[in-house]
Amino acid sequence: MPMTDRTRKPIRLALAAGALSLALGSLAAPAFAQRDPAYEAARQSGQVGEKTDGYLGVVGGASPGLRKMVDDINIKRRALYAEKAQAAGATLQEYAFTAGCLAVARTAPGEKYQAPDGSWQTRTSAPPVRNPKCP
Amino acid sequence: MIDAMLTTCARAAHGARMDRGRIGLAAAMVMATSVGGCINVKAPDKPIVIELNVNIKQEVIYRLAEDAGNTIENNPDIF
Repeated sequence: MPMTDRTRKPIRLALAAGALSLALGSLAAPAFAQRDPAYEAARQSGQVGEKTDGYLGVVGGASPGLRKMVDDINIKRRALYAEKAQAAGATLQEYAFTAGCLAVARTAPGEKYQAPDGSWQTRTSAPPVRNPKCP
Repeated sequence: MIDAMLTTCARAAHGARMDRGRIGLAAAMVMATSVGGCINVKAPDKPIVIELNVNIKQEVIYRLAEDAGNTIENNPDIF
């Protein structure tokens, strides 16, 4: 059966709609990927904190579940740092340290962060204590 | 300078036949450089400390800051 203009038009429309939804979906995906509720709760309760080296740390004793969650996040962070550091012509350590400076700066009041001397601090509304090299 | 001193020291050491003026000069040089045989190497009185964090340069951190900020913004699930 030969295609007429009548049958072609709906097909084109459907294809266009499909492409549009795919494009929108891929654009919106990162914005929807928020913190896991368990991770968010651990941050708020001060069980985990941001370390100066760009990784997440366990504050005090950790349950195996918490330890695994932190390790998983750090493995993902490390992979991301490695990729971005290579693209920027920097070392993994340099990139991770820079990200750590920013991650500490972005902690919310009540969350834990590591001071340059290695001690755990609770973030207040005042700026956090950071390494003088931090941007 | 050290070469010159060494030469002077050597002359002083073998200077049995020098005239008075030169002996005076050589003696002064020997006095000045006699401790430790002309070359003094003084050990530091404080231990040598190697700061490991120094290898991350501030200029690198500033260059990476914007990029790292975007990385954090774009990965809210792990930050």
